[in-house]
Amino acid sequence: MTADSTLYRNSMPESTTTKLRTEGVSLYYGAFQALRNITLDIPERAITAIIGPSGCGKSTFLRIFNRMNDLIPGARVEGNVQLEGVDIYDRCIDVVELRKRVGMVFQKPNPFPMSVFENVAFGPRRHGRNNRGELAEIVEKSLRQAALWDEVKDKLDKSAFDLSGGQQQRLCIARVLAVEPQVILMDEPCSALDPVATLKIEDLMRQLAESYTIIIVTHNMQQAARASDISAFLLMEPDRAGVLVECGPTSQLFTSPKDKRTEDYITGRFG
Amino acid sequence: MRIKSGLSRQLSQRTAFGVLLVATVAVVLVTLFIIIRIAISGAGALSWTFLTQSPTDAGRAGGIFPAIVGTFYLMLGTLILALPIGVLAGIYLSEYAPKNWLTRVINLAIINLAGVPSIVFGLFGLGVFVLMLKFGMSLLAASLTLACQALAMTITTSREALLAVPREYREGSLAIGATKWQTIRHVILPQARPGIITGAVLAMSRAAGESAPILIVGAAFLIPGLPQSPFDRFMALPYHLYTVATQVPGMPGDTKWAVALVLLAVVLSFNVLATIVRLRARRRRV
Repeated sequence: MTADSTLYRNSMPESTTTKLRTEGVSLYYGAFQALRNITLDIPERAITAIIGPSGCGKSTFLRIFNRMNDLIPGARVEGNVQLEGVDIYDRCIDVVELRKRVGMVFQKPNPFPMSVFENVAFGPRRHGRNNRGELAEIVEKSLRQAALWDEVKDKLDKSAFDLSGGQQQRLCIARVLAVEPQVILMDEPCSALDPVATLKIEDLMRQLAESYTIIIVTHNMQQAARASDISAFLLMEPDRAGVLVECGPTSQLFTSPKDKRTEDYITGRFG
Repeated sequence: MRIKSGLSRQLSQRTAFGVLLVATVAVVLVTLFIIIRIAISGAGALSWTFLTQSPTDAGRAGGIFPAIVGTFYLMLGTLILALPIGVLAGIYLSEYAPKNWLTRVINLAIINLAGVPSIVFGLFGLGVFVLMLKFGMSLLAASLTLACQALAMTITTSREALLAVPREYREGSLAIGATKWQTIRHVILPQARPGIITGAVLAMSRAAGESAPILIVGAAFLIPGLPQSPFDRFMALPYHLYTVATQVPGMPGDTKWAVALVLLAVVLSFNVLATIVRLRARRRRV
């Protein structure tokens, strides 16, 4: 597996640097092992898709990068996870600071029950920015980046719940962007959206990938094929622990997979 | 055969609907009957004098103003003492307490606290607040006693309201680098506020209606004036109702109904107020 993860580095441009890296990462919920020995490099300013059948631990793996699994009692991570070479599970790491750098968008759009403006301003406010003019700037910039500004600029004071599902999800992306993260984790961000809204989010991801590192979990293989640069295929072993089967440039993984199990999955033979 | 089974299903559907409707109508009718009965019998004795004057002739004449004020003081005292502690304890129990056997025991104890008969709280208040802390028979001792009783409800409803806030909101907030306390303060508490308010008002209404515990920690049968300090004794509507209904010979027949009507109005108006606050909170939210 280590061999696989080095593979794409050869095929990517030389300038590509590794943003996030996991080395031999395992995750346990109490006695149950949910992930086994995953080693993977996430390149900077690219979209990495994590694909695999339901229950293989994709979301669990994603939540390793912003330590969201910390919230689950009994969850324990082994191995090494690095953000720009820094071990994010080190004792000295401030999880709050980490999550400012590694933002997350969830499966179901989860805007707060506040106005559109306050949703986007939420993060900056919590980080001590209270100047109304400054906030307005951040909100506009973030909404523009999330390709939502033109649709909501006249209803910033309206409830976020008045927006459509796709708009809500882009609002959630804007909410993350307002904190100026380096990495954006997306946990099946389109699974609750219709095809049109899905394509909008994918377009948006492509634009954002120019400045952000994006990791997206998806069970939609077309989406991975369309929207990602790198794909990592996770699978459940017989003891239900997730393992990394294969990882590489998306075009390669989808056209000439190295592992038989990857081939079976992407050709729709199971999962 | 298909059609037959369909019919029997329809029948059970209709039966269920009918039973549910009858039960609902019964509840409404009983409530209406109580209110109308009290209103009809009490309305005659209700007057401006009755509401604004002190009782004379052992309550046979005059009004019930001190009892109304005493009940308001009690509700206010209970709220001030029980709400902050209830909310803080609720936050601790729902957000911070480790999920272990001790927390479970504490939660169970709080739920059981709600089931303790009110007279037992009264006795506790007499022992602790009146005698041990030397507050005497007083408004303060009574408020503290009722607050202890109300805590069970304010803690439980606060905890439930906080736990009911969807996980998505917590995660959404934490995922953009808000601290746990910021998440609680700015996302979870505003969401839980209507539930917390409901619990607080129900606890207050209950405090307003209690007669057994205050009887032994400070309520007085007859006091001409209003309490001047928290250490004074006081009159309260439920206890006054008890005395005018059973303890004074020669009481005009409609006086007790009028007292009941006022007590009912006080409690109901607070419930209406709570509903308005709750609806407003909800409208702001959505």
